[in-house]
Amino acid sequence: MKPENLVKNAIGREVPTFVPELGEFAPYAGPRARLDGNHVWTPTLYPRKIAAPTTNKVARNLKEAIEKSGLRDGMTISFHHHLRNGDALVGMVLSLLDEMGIRNITLAPSSLGDSHDCVADAVRKGVVARLNTSGVRGEVGKAISNGEFELPVMIRSHGGRARAIEEGSLHIDVAFLAAPACDRLGNFTGSAGKTACGAMGYAMLDARYADHVIAVTDNLAEYPLAPRISVPQYLVDQVVVIDSIGDPSKIATGATRVTRDPVQLRIAELAFGLLKASGMLKNGCSFQTGGGGPSLAVARYVKEYMQSHAIRGSYCIGGITGYMASMLEEGLFDALFDVQSFDAAVTSSIANNPRHVEVDVSCYANPFNKGCLVNDLDVVILAALDVDVDFNVDVLTGHDGVLRGASGGHSDTAAGAKLTVITIPSMRNGVPSIRNRVQTVVTPGETVDVIVTERGMAINPLREDLRALASDAGLPVKDIRQLKAEIEKVTGIPEEVRFGDEIVGLVEYRDGTIIDTIRKVL
Amino acid sequence: MKTLLDRPRRSLLYIPGNNPGMIQNCAIYGSDGVLLDLEDSISISEKDSARKLVKHALRTLDFGAVERVVRINGLDTPFFKDDLEEIVPSAPDAVRIPKIDSPGDVRAADEIIARLEHEHGMKPGSVRIHAMLETARAIVNAPSIAASSPRILGLTIGGQDLAADLGIKATREGLELLYAKSAVILAAKANGLLAFDTVYTDINNPEGLREQARMSVSLGFSGKAAIHPSQIAIIHEAFSPDEKEVRKAERIVRGARDAEERHLGVVAVDGRMVDAPVVAQAVRTLELARLAGMEVEDL
Repeated sequence: MKPENLVKNAIGREVPTFVPELGEFAPYAGPRARLDGNHVWTPTLYPRKIAAPTTNKVARNLKEAIEKSGLRDGMTISFHHHLRNGDALVGMVLSLLDEMGIRNITLAPSSLGDSHDCVADAVRKGVVARLNTSGVRGEVGKAISNGEFELPVMIRSHGGRARAIEEGSLHIDVAFLAAPACDRLGNFTGSAGKTACGAMGYAMLDARYADHVIAVTDNLAEYPLAPRISVPQYLVDQVVVIDSIGDPSKIATGATRVTRDPVQLRIAELAFGLLKASGMLKNGCSFQTGGGGPSLAVARYVKEYMQSHAIRGSYCIGGITGYMASMLEEGLFDALFDVQSFDAAVTSSIANNPRHVEVDVSCYANPFNKGCLVNDLDVVILAALDVDVDFNVDVLTGHDGVLRGASGGHSDTAAGAKLTVITIPSMRNGVPSIRNRVQTVVTPGETVDVIVTERGMAINPLREDLRALASDAGLPVKDIRQLKAEIEKVTGIPEEVRFGDEIVGLVEYRDGTIIDTIRKVL
Repeated sequence: MKTLLDRPRRSLLYIPGNNPGMIQNCAIYGSDGVLLDLEDSISISEKDSARKLVKHALRTLDFGAVERVVRINGLDTPFFKDDLEEIVPSAPDAVRIPKIDSPGDVRAADEIIARLEHEHGMKPGSVRIHAMLETARAIVNAPSIAASSPRILGLTIGGQDLAADLGIKATREGLELLYAKSAVILAAKANGLLAFDTVYTDINNPEGLREQARMSVSLGFSGKAAIHPSQIAIIHEAFSPDEKEVRKAERIVRGARDAEERHLGVVAVDGRMVDAPVVAQAVRTLELARLAGMEVEDL
């Protein structure tokens, strides 16, 4: 779209207040602007036709299920991304829609991954006209950044998507939910079957709010599904059995390994040093970390520290890895709240350990419900593609300006946690990671406390208390501009990527305001 | 307090001289020094490019407190002279010279280095030598090698080459090199030099490395080479004194200081007489404790 109706938001980014076909938007006004106790939330209700009671929900095939669902041109469909890079369902449904002549669809998956290049084709063919997602990779990102979509893609955080669905600003007509184990009445779970993926927190929410829910499985279990049900039958309209919902080798992945990369390990060591210095690693602490880069290495340090100091934490949340499950098993934490599993090593823990709690994504991060988990979090360790001298974080656009990442729970956890630590290598392929201004702000600097690189850490001036603690502990604390200059002594300063004016993406903050736009790459 | 160590040299990490990604991160691995390698890890076809890369790295990159040592190619190779000609003017802290068999080998290198220092206006003797003893002959000549030039900072053995020369198989325990190691350590210490232990090659066996590193410390090595960053912490751990030793060392150093202040000739700690060598040992223990990040009384 052309850049029209632009205003500057609270961090000086130009964002539209109105986009034809997408509607009106409010500019971002600060991380707590709508959380001061006075904001009025007005969910929209949608009428829904009540299906006649049936004891046979099993459709003969996917095409019949789509026909019965009443899906037609212009509607919104959703998928979850629990099958990681092994998902085959999105591609299957989109090519069926193409075959059936259905066009102008709004595609609203919880996120897209490496197995979803098919979406770019569906856009080119006119099957998909609008895209709402947490993130994209590969061909889809390139297509968006090259301006191939007529309407801007809407990027939401996980908590923001839950909020949008509950309030009705993202209304799902038909949800296609891949189900690693499902019975004939639609009870399903991700913790069994050859494509077992672990927790299904995104599916749990979509199932509750979509008008029509189709569970698609390659593993029809005896009724009733036992011992664990993630999404219960009363939320599911139809069940479809197909040969395969995805590639088990990319879904049922083994435990994520702790990195051996010396740069990542150094970052992890410094991040852990900061956690120790902050005094937050104590009895009753809560913790979130991811599975990639230095995250698990930080978790390993934390684990050893808790063991040697006899510390018992309260809970871990988020994307959960087998490593975190092992910490639960050892009694280092009282509970795990698992919205999405990063490896399939957690499935037996989910299925068998009552302290490993599967939660839906609203419970995890919707800022407008009555108490999401991230808001009580002590420490979160997050990664980034780029950061800037104002501590803003970009997890969406790469060094070349092309959309290739995901908003995920980044801004949700950063806003909620008492201590938000960004771990990032100082450079990638010779390109420095600290910039004057990140291309796309996903997480505002106000909600970021520390940026840790292998060449030292920078602490947000808003956290003078933390800077003092870190310096006293002998950690290499540097002013962020000094750190940036040190890195640039090695890398030089790269040329800026050239962008056009055309807006190809809108980045929504968790509270529904627009924090930034993504521009077309020239 | 008089310090014995002008700088820590517990660990020296080998970095292939043709790997810019690793070279640019020399300051962050946590080793006390790096060994930028132009020898065994570099194939013949890459010798020139690695030499140039290391030369420019020495001139442009910030190594922080990390000691910069370049392992050049041996005297018996066509690269030896070129390596010295290009590397010495870039002012590394030291060059590690492989296959030193005799005092003559050291003097040959010493002459070239001295000339280059002179030609480039460098401080004479500023580029030190690590002499690598890798043959039976070298081990036998260790005392005369150690005494051959004041430019030598330390001796080290090349474990694999030496095993090959001796016609023996290197074992996990490494007992077959015990005599050679001790001979090198004695020769080094007799001449006031440092002694560096060879690498432990199995990077997937941290326990094996831990045992070997402990053995290095107990034999008297001043430091040990590493071939992977993950080995550094394990080597440092081996060089860390335990809590009890540190407390005792504190008492000894405190006792020595009190005795000096009161002009007493005899130092007594815990009711026992303490000799000067014991005090020196205690000073070194405290230095190692500080390096290991342990809390040490400021004496």
